[in-house]
Amino acid sequence: MTPGRSVEVPTPSRSVQVRPAGRHALLVELPDAERTGAFHSELLRRRAAGTLPQVQEIVPGARTVLLDGVAHPEELASRIADWDVPSRAVDAGEVVEIPVRYDGPDLAQVAALWGVGVDEVAARHSAYTCRVAFCGFAPGFGYLTGLPAEMHVPRRDTPRTRVPAGAVALAGPYSAVYPRATPGGWQLIGTMPDPTPLWDLGREEPALLTPGTQVRFVAVTEDGTP
Amino acid sequence: MTVKLTVVRSGALTTVQDRGRGGHAHLGVPRSGALDAPAMSLANRLVGNASDAAVLETTLTGCALRPDRGVTVVVGGAPCPVTVDGRPAAWGVPVRVPAGAVLNAGSVTAGVRSYVAVAGGIAVEPLLGSRATDLLSGLGPAPLRDGDVLPLGTPARQPALPDAALWPAPPTELTLPLRLGPRADWFTPVALRTLTSATYRVSQHSNRIGLRTEGPPLERVSAGELPSEGMVLGAVQVPPDGRPVVFLHDHPTTGGYPVIAVVAETALAAAAQAAAGTPIRFIPG
Repeated sequence: MTPGRSVEVPTPSRSVQVRPAGRHALLVELPDAERTGAFHSELLRRRAAGTLPQVQEIVPGARTVLLDGVAHPEELASRIADWDVPSRAVDAGEVVEIPVRYDGPDLAQVAALWGVGVDEVAARHSAYTCRVAFCGFAPGFGYLTGLPAEMHVPRRDTPRTRVPAGAVALAGPYSAVYPRATPGGWQLIGTMPDPTPLWDLGREEPALLTPGTQVRFVAVTEDGTP
Repeated sequence: MTVKLTVVRSGALTTVQDRGRGGHAHLGVPRSGALDAPAMSLANRLVGNASDAAVLETTLTGCALRPDRGVTVVVGGAPCPVTVDGRPAAWGVPVRVPAGAVLNAGSVTAGVRSYVAVAGGIAVEPLLGSRATDLLSGLGPAPLRDGDVLPLGTPARQPALPDAALWPAPPTELTLPLRLGPRADWFTPVALRTLTSATYRVSQHSNRIGLRTEGPPLERVSAGELPSEGMVLGAVQVPPDGRPVVFLHDHPTTGGYPVIAVVAETALAAAAQAAAGTPIRFIPG
């Protein structure tokens, strides 16, 4: 048995690699987060246009997009080879604003890692428009990219046994907001005063932060006003 | 008026299951659903339900239930002694449970998970198109507790006649056909040979999230970290201890440990019925 027949697909300057994942799925690997976002939005565009074969799940990851529930994965793999994928995701839809009280217990630690004062973290963190790269860990938990490399911070050495719902957190290249209380190892810099919209089963789309959504953090004061 | 089913004895772990809530993996929602889907379908068919009606999935020690009206019930999946008010009743075929009587599905004599299908189906409110309990993310009804009361749906007028219903025997040895990838290249050639030549055993730490194994660890080529990526049902994920874990229905939708291979979905019903200690052989296929 040979390790999965991967299809190397050359594109103008980089490459897309299609890896088999069982009988009904493909894992498409891209060179970086930006190209992954672009490939994901291209998949959604093709699905909306009716030019994508039936796929049950389109699951983006950090550098991959999983296509699960595919009737003929090998055929789709060779078709992907012919795609002309834009290098950047098309920014579609409105920007979701998330209000944040910058009062997290790791604020000083993050300020030190960034080399700024504690009172500057809010302005720095809310200066960038982020994008939901992928979801996971818990329903409604989105991994948001968009902070520059010098603002990436490591996880905490010791995870907390309980991170409260609404905690605004950083780890590696990602920002996130915890939709509910769970254990967690990320650095906590703030609080979304009312986290219930993050995961609301009463809505047709229960997740506020779906893959591809653009997000802006907005600093608010103790009483929730900007 | 709605027929109600009172949980007299919830057993080690009894959950409501149906076909699950596939199609939401991109939101971090596991598919969930009955681990032994063919057993669920057969039990449903024998009480005249649609094949995806919600049933109860028990774990090793069964459960006991008391309906407030007469109902037709099938206990199938892992074999176990069935009684109605203490009197022996049949396993694997429809049983009439009078109003107020207690149906007991006892401890399994083989296998792991019995399925209790009641005519009309368990009628708890669906979430995202499914009534299934998802133990990873906590969606759906909580695992049953003694005293819980479950609503039942309206039975079909005419239950299907039990034609020769064949319940597969729980496996004494589990053979899991797999295909290498997507991350087989993270492992040494020795590890790839070990996977398909060594005998593993089902670990007692297995659950609805994954079938954990005991056996020789699989060595990686390098110790690097894998950025989180989407995971499929049946994925054979290898955590740092090197012992493969086969993902079952409550598996996380994304994960950061490499997947060496994927087991065919058709083999997972048997995996769900393999008791701790059962030998496992992974074969190419």
